[in-house]
Amino acid sequence: MAVQTAETAPPAAANPVLGPAFKDALIVGLIALGLFGPLIGFETVIIDGALGLAYRPSLLAIMVGIIFFGRLLLNLTLWSPNRKPSTHTGPTLFDRAGTVMGPGVKPALLAFAVLFPAIAIFSLGGLNESRYLIDLGILILTYVMLGWGLNIVVGLAGLLDLGYVAFYAVGAYTYALLATSAPINDFFAGLFGATFWANWAFWICLPMAGIFAGVWGMILGFPVLRLRGDYLAIVTLAFGEIIRLVLINWVDFTNGGAGIASIPRATFFGIPFNAGPDGFAALFGLPFSPMHRIIFLYFVILALALLTAFVTVRLRRLPVGRAWEALREDEIACRSLGINTTTTKLSAFATGAMFGGFAGCFFAVRAGFVSPESFTFDVSAMILAIVVLGGMGSQIGVAVAAAVMMGGMEMLRNLGFLKQVFGNDFDPSLYRMLIFGFAMVAIMVWKPRGLVSTRDPTIFLKERKAVSGDLVKEGHG
Amino acid sequence: MATSPANGLPRWDADPILIVEHLFMRFGGLIAVNDLSFKVGRGDITALIGPNGAGKTTVFNCITGFYKPSEGRLILAHGRAPTPGEIAEVTRIGERSLVGRNAGVFLLERMPDYRVSGEAKVARTFQNIRLFTGMTVLENLMVAQHNALMAASGYSLKGLFGLPGWTKAQKAATAKAEYWLDKVGLTDRADDPAGDLPYGAQRRLEIARAMCSEPILLCLDEPAAGLNPRESLELNTLLRAIRAEHGTSILLIEHDMSVVMEISDHVVVLDYGTKISDGTPQAVKNDPRVIAAYLGVDEDAVEEVEAELQLDTNPTGAGA
Repeated sequence: MAVQTAETAPPAAANPVLGPAFKDALIVGLIALGLFGPLIGFETVIIDGALGLAYRPSLLAIMVGIIFFGRLLLNLTLWSPNRKPSTHTGPTLFDRAGTVMGPGVKPALLAFAVLFPAIAIFSLGGLNESRYLIDLGILILTYVMLGWGLNIVVGLAGLLDLGYVAFYAVGAYTYALLATSAPINDFFAGLFGATFWANWAFWICLPMAGIFAGVWGMILGFPVLRLRGDYLAIVTLAFGEIIRLVLINWVDFTNGGAGIASIPRATFFGIPFNAGPDGFAALFGLPFSPMHRIIFLYFVILALALLTAFVTVRLRRLPVGRAWEALREDEIACRSLGINTTTTKLSAFATGAMFGGFAGCFFAVRAGFVSPESFTFDVSAMILAIVVLGGMGSQIGVAVAAAVMMGGMEMLRNLGFLKQVFGNDFDPSLYRMLIFGFAMVAIMVWKPRGLVSTRDPTIFLKERKAVSGDLVKEGHG
Repeated sequence: MATSPANGLPRWDADPILIVEHLFMRFGGLIAVNDLSFKVGRGDITALIGPNGAGKTTVFNCITGFYKPSEGRLILAHGRAPTPGEIAEVTRIGERSLVGRNAGVFLLERMPDYRVSGEAKVARTFQNIRLFTGMTVLENLMVAQHNALMAASGYSLKGLFGLPGWTKAQKAATAKAEYWLDKVGLTDRADDPAGDLPYGAQRRLEIARAMCSEPILLCLDEPAAGLNPRESLELNTLLRAIRAEHGTSILLIEHDMSVVMEISDHVVVLDYGTKISDGTPQAVKNDPRVIAAYLGVDEDAVEEVEAELQLDTNPTGAGA
């Protein structure tokens, strides 16, 4: 008995929990009742052609009940005064997981990305069955690449660019316009044969799309060099919209809102993916399948994304990359050290835009159709969200964020099982954005500096120590 | 130290590295710097002092290109003192600089800030420390060598492919950074973020970072602010060593008189944007105008003293 008393004594001696918790939950419940009463308690209905009021007391009771019991539960558990406050201020679970898995996580992710088509085909039991997954993989990798490209501008140089989609559009239209151009086709038909341009257009236009987008990055970069913070964000946002509006309204050149269709498809380095005798399947002795092209596209975008990552990682260790990061930290100090901030900013804009252009070219060849509708502000916002969520400046964080965001958005389309819970009237796809929003808010509360909040130094003398995100500035422009 | 044995002139007159001529800086109706002229001797430690708001930092910002002066000429001389003919020539032809094999004349008022640092080789530190806090100590020193490394990396092309020329340059830059880390006693903290260093160490790192850009003139804006007496003493040693071992001339703004009187060869005193005294520390210390500016006296008393000493004329070289 004595033992039992000793065990129960300390909680009794501590602060009383139940009373205040109940009181607090009651107050919050009453506030919820006051708020939800008019909002949920009443419903406007049409009765005999006239507007009338209906009452929904049960729904109101459920909502207020959820608030009351949820608050009570939180008061008794997480927010309980007796709960030991967490003294842990060091790296979070994700960071520690990163350090533990550190050396292995990148090769593992890379291996998974390379083997992904094979895994999809074998697990789903056939080429055609795996189409959905591989298409999803292509989509995710496109956004990984775009995220890495924007990461140069936003994460490294600290220049908030809300119009990144402009460069994606420039890349896509570069390929679409050049590949469908009759004079160019005729010119090459005279030189190398009728099918040359259709077969090689992608491989010739890919670098050109990057170069054009890079040049556009500089052209758009010039006027905004002196702008910072909010002003830079607004002007870049406007540039993104201007490009889209030009694409819509310059009908002679871009075919306006109707877009450009029948863009030549990607070829296996000149060998088309068709059922003909010169096609990929016939030459490699395989039975023809349209999936060959899809799988090939998957590897093309994987290679492009890896190129982006490789170049970014290398550039970070070069003076130009360090200057970008120094610019993000303190522009005035940069100038006092002889760094030309104009060319440094422009190089960041141009490099980021170039990768956007590559991705755009890939988009055009995959879809076979481009229209201004594909290059709305939503895309810019999505890419920026990926960069911010991943942790600005972090490669692996951005990749994970892209996979989570794009993959997660797709997964939320397939919430059919919820119909069994909520009945057949329930349309889960309507709640997609709501759930998505909740998830983003939750991550930003849990990890305000993104999934990977530490910065990896570019050079070290004795020991590579990650720099805490608290010290790293976000840039002011 | 301050007197050149050759002709009896003080060094700042005999071999100036920086000549400030009739510098004006106006912000709207406010005249922050009013017709300021002074010279900084090559190899000297020159202190720019004055009460708060006297315009010292404005002068610094003009010299380092952060402000465009409203009027005036700022001549920086590489190698040797420029002849009046050379100065007139570069002024007339409208170029930023005139560079020969062993000497060069730079007109700083014509140069943007990054060129003042990159080409004219004037480095500076800031009153409120401006380190790259999220980068490591070593990275801070590597950023300071940006221009040299940029050329060595073939403007990123050679570096992207890791060619040997770039690797070698990177090694040399790291060695230079290590040298300066050792000089300021931060070798153990090389891989820590700069923002994690204590205040005194951040001040020293900022000086090391400025020195990594290989300046011929180092401008320090209140380097001893916020340092304790021991750290101030270490700073004196460091500045003397920089001057002795690298021949870098130093121009500093300082309120801490123990630093100013201890290490400077030449002191220029500003008040309300005009120069009130210029000379050796000893001469400046005893100048009644300086005492009046610092301690404050009745206007009558100042006028009396001025009349007595006939100081209404320019007191340049009063102490020489």
